Amino acid sequence: MDLSLTPAEMDALRLSLKVGLWATLGSLPVAFGLAYALARCRFWGKALVNGLVHLPLVLPPVVTGYLLLLAFGRTGPVGQLLETLFDVTLAFRWTGAALAAAIMGLPLMVRAIRLSLETIDPRLEMAARTLGARPWRVFFTVTLPLALPGICAGVVLGFAKALGEFGATITFASNIPGETQTLALAIFAFLQVPGAESQVLRLSLLAIVISMLALFIAESLSERLRQKRRYHVH
Amino acid sequence: MSIEVCVSRRLGARRIAVSFTAGTGITALFGPSGAGKTSILHMIAGVLRPDSGRIVIQGTVLFDSAAGIDLPPEARRAGYIFQDGRLFPHMSVRANLFYGYALTPPADRYVEPEHVIDLLALRPLLDRRPVTLSGGEAQRVAIGRALLSSPRFLLMDEPLASLDRARKEEILILIERLRDEFRLPILYVTHDEREVTRLAATRIDLE
Repeated sequence: MDLSLTPAEMDALRLSLKVGLWATLGSLPVAFGLAYALARCRFWGKALVNGLVHLPLVLPPVVTGYLLLLAFGRTGPVGQLLETLFDVTLAFRWTGAALAAAIMGLPLMVRAIRLSLETIDPRLEMAARTLGARPWRVFFTVTLPLALPGICAGVVLGFAKALGEFGATITFASNIPGETQTLALAIFAFLQVPGAESQVLRLSLLAIVISMLALFIAESLSERLRQKRRYHVH
Repeated sequence: MSIEVCVSRRLGARRIAVSFTAGTGITALFGPSGAGKTSILHMIAGVLRPDSGRIVIQGTVLFDSAAGIDLPPEARRAGYIFQDGRLFPHMSVRANLFYGYALTPPADRYVEPEHVIDLLALRPLLDRRPVTLSGGEAQRVAIGRALLSSPRFLLMDEPLASLDRARKEEILILIERLRDEFRLPILYVTHDEREVTRLAATRIDLE
């Protein structure tokens, strides 16, 4: 079997990585903000916010995609606003694929980050305050570094989810080669062509390699963070 | 008097109300668990807001409900030593020690780091991580960290509670040296009668 990729397959790979990267980077601040609010704050409607964040996890992805289309499509309220104000179109563009991937990865990121925030002893932050640190300094020197393992885990989970996202993407951004056809969508397209089994297999192998790589990086990162905390540094 | 505390605070069904003055040296807040000893230290440190009252230390008003004064914890310059050390787990011992030191304006610093490190025998520990320290070592680092922030007063919340007998004695001797050398007002929370008689000049009983 020839393992070198055709230009079209390279396009799909490049697009997947681009969509995954932007989806992850874009959703990280939002995910952190949500996780922080859910872990630390008490506010009216918290249960509702928590439910909405988790909705993409339990909803059929095609429904999430449809909802995105309703809101962010060219005739949707947010979509129209973005188009007239910033000249940005999301539907049927790679940016739309990134948005769909971000929304689908958000619950995973929020969960991982929230978990790590909840394990931080608030009494450590109190100690930092009594030592003379203002709240924002406490956040950057104590809270954030201690939440780092969870943030890393969230980023990798979100990235992996973004790479593999299918249902919401194909509904919202469609399956356009070179624009929105990520690896998962390319595999789906090849599956529908008779006699393209070898392409399907190659792309599937590629997806497996990328996913394993992401998991491997995540594992070694969190292991290094753990070690730094556990053993002496001479 | 260098410490003047008169505060009250409702916590659930309980009401904590206390009023006392104290000078330099050690003032023991003595009472059984649940008497609100830690809550009183929290109010003085600024992490728990009294419902009403007034806290003045070394001439500085830290809290005055009538005048609307409530300094945030970072402006009170308390040296708070917790029962469990409470070192930052992601930093080395050295970084822990200098956390508060770095945040103190140079003009306010009166503690020489080298001196504190030698006094508390911390030099061999400087590059270690807090998780690798024994209870006594961790408590020595915590005391050093509080001192290096050049505090105006010390708050000690059962600093011996998590230590075995030999370590207790070691830390007790250190606390006596701090008391005699730095001449700071020290509020010392304990439920151990022996610590009170050994250390304290003043004793405040709480029920």
